[in-house]
Amino acid sequence: MNPAARWAPRPDTLAARVHQHLQTAVDRLNHRSRPALTRLSASWRRSLQLRVATTTTLVTGLIVLLIGVFLVDQIGKGVLKAKRDASISQASLGLDAALAQFEGLTPGDLNGIRQAVDQITANPASATATLGAGDLFTKVIRSADQAVNRQLPVGQPIPDELRRQVDRGAVAVQYAPVRTPSQPGEVPGLIVGQPVNTQAGAFELYYLFPLTAEQKTLGLVQRTVLIAGLALVLLVAAIAALVTRQVVRPVRVAAQTAGRLAGGALSERIKVSGADDIALLGESFNDMANSLQQQIQRLENLSRVQQRFTSDVSHELRTPLTTIRMAAELLHGSREDFAPELARSVELLTNELDRFESLLADLLEISRYDAGAAHLETDQVDIRGIVERAVSAAQPLAGRHGVELRADLGDEPVIAEVDARRIERVLRNLLGNALDHAEGRPVAVRVGADEASVAVTVRDEGVGLRPGEAALVFNRFWRGDPSRSRLTGGTGLGLAISLEDVRLHHGWLQAWGARGRGAVFRMTLPRVAGGPLDSSPLPLEPPEVLA
Amino acid sequence: MKPRVLVVDDDSSLAEMLGIMLRSEGFEPAFVPDGSRALAAFREVKPDVVLLDLMLPGMSGIDVCRAIRAESGTPIIMLTAKTDTVDIVLGLESGADDYVVKPFKPKELTARMRARLRRYDEAGGETLQIGPPESPVGIDVQAHQVVRDGEQISLTPLEFDLLVALARKPRQVFTREVLLEQVWGYRHAADTRLVNVHVQRLRSKVERDPERPEVVLTVRGVGYKAGPP
Repeated sequence: MNPAARWAPRPDTLAARVHQHLQTAVDRLNHRSRPALTRLSASWRRSLQLRVATTTTLVTGLIVLLIGVFLVDQIGKGVLKAKRDASISQASLGLDAALAQFEGLTPGDLNGIRQAVDQITANPASATATLGAGDLFTKVIRSADQAVNRQLPVGQPIPDELRRQVDRGAVAVQYAPVRTPSQPGEVPGLIVGQPVNTQAGAFELYYLFPLTAEQKTLGLVQRTVLIAGLALVLLVAAIAALVTRQVVRPVRVAAQTAGRLAGGALSERIKVSGADDIALLGESFNDMANSLQQQIQRLENLSRVQQRFTSDVSHELRTPLTTIRMAAELLHGSREDFAPELARSVELLTNELDRFESLLADLLEISRYDAGAAHLETDQVDIRGIVERAVSAAQPLAGRHGVELRADLGDEPVIAEVDARRIERVLRNLLGNALDHAEGRPVAVRVGADEASVAVTVRDEGVGLRPGEAALVFNRFWRGDPSRSRLTGGTGLGLAISLEDVRLHHGWLQAWGARGRGAVFRMTLPRVAGGPLDSSPLPLEPPEVLA
Repeated sequence: MKPRVLVVDDDSSLAEMLGIMLRSEGFEPAFVPDGSRALAAFREVKPDVVLLDLMLPGMSGIDVCRAIRAESGTPIIMLTAKTDTVDIVLGLESGADDYVVKPFKPKELTARMRARLRRYDEAGGETLQIGPPESPVGIDVQAHQVVRDGEQISLTPLEFDLLVALARKPRQVFTREVLLEQVWGYRHAADTRLVNVHVQRLRSKVERDPERPEVVLTVRGVGYKAGPP
């Protein structure tokens, strides 16, 4: 094997590694920037103050920028115009002086012409004095034969366009870079050109004005405008933030107070100072809180009165009922000695007393729920034990109906934190209801569980429910078919109480039914009292219906 | 000899009816309509069982219950019209052995009374030992005596029965329902709060630290069992 090949990185792996490195880098970047972005967008959405301050700053910044550009532009134009005017008048003074120098010379007198040109170029100071600013240079070119060509400073070119205009015999002005002896290189400048027509020939006289001073002035103006603009924007941003804060802070306080009120701290109020709009908000808020508190206290009082009434009715009715019950039992015990009508009357009395008692008990139970006085007594229990007890308690009733009652409890213990007394009552109600409507067909009980919840279904294959009735079965005193008599003499409150019992556990009690196919009642409870519940371990509809 | 029953109830009709019923069931009833005279009547009558209404004029049933419990372990059955857990638990915690909710069936009441009057048919000279080995609880079933660390612990008959029931099968876990049946004589499942409250009362007497029981242990999700002997 070739050793070089062994060491050379294979192209595919190299590409893969580069790709991997890139990916890691991108990921790291994303990781770092995404939380920051999310935080920023979150605070953008949450903070009115940030939004107002930012918007104000942006708008102010734009306006200040426009004004600044306009200002700098106008000042620049003004400064340049003044310079140009001064330059032109200076040049015309220079023209007069040049004409005087050429006085009396002829085209052939080259020496005289050279002297005159030297005189003109060498002494620009007379003109400078009147201009009063900047370096002034002149340059003279004889247009006819280039023989006299005095250049200052060396190498300063004159733009062709300017020369053509001067050739035509006009005074011309052009901005062009000029050279000065005091600075290396070129600086922005102004060149004024004019024809000098003398007897000695046609000459061109150019004045060069560097614009260094004007540039400095304009730079200063620009810096000043920029600094002033920035300061203005910052000031406006600070003012916006400050003003918004004044408005936002009371709103935040109101929101926090409202949150505490909603959380039950009914005596929470906002501190109100002053008489402005914000104070008005606070006052209205406090008025609202007062009125809410009064309403809630009134309702609480009503609820207490109701509870008290329930308790009193309970005691006041129950004591005489006990006496009646004992008397009836005594009569019932010796009914064989009575005439048949009397004996039957005693039987009816005893039976109806049973019904009266269960009705009273159910009414009291439901009014306890209405008064909000029901409390859970939870304990870790095996649901299967409760189901077993309820099923065995329902067996005699099943026997009377001739219904087979089956229970599938599973093999594993199903531990949940429930109020065993209430859950057993629910199951007894569901079983009694199912047996009542089973029409001789079997009733099946199933227990199911998953990690978060436990469920019990009670299924009968009897008359079932009409569409829409599944929602009505839990209504108080609701009867599916008024013509059907009830063998168990239920109170009509059983399922309503069961629903409340299950709700107290934060569970579900649901019904399914189809005409002629029976009905299913499913109770689902969270394993931990009050825990969350999102699904049930058992289906509500029987599998064969789903299939 | 007929068992004596002291009926503490202010409702005269109910008291009279209770009297008729109790006599026909073979009890010998005595009556007191006022809570403040209940204790005096209790000392005078020396009943085998007390039927106590919770709402009484003079002195509340809860206070009467405490007063009687302070000097005697005589079974007390509360008659209550209130079914709220708070009321029932408060009654049980004040020392009542059992309760019946009005309106009760006469047979139910007499069954409870008989269950409370029934004593274990003691097999001669049985002694039991439960709890941690370094500080066991000794039970002399016949003498109705409980001793721990050389000190005699005074238990009501009900608490004693509860302890004996657990101690007789030290490895077995008793569900609340089984205890209700064995100790209270309930045939049908009833209120398991009875068991909870009495286990607490029992622990407060026999445990060194009722918060960390060693004698009567809780088995989560199932019930109770006796601590290792």
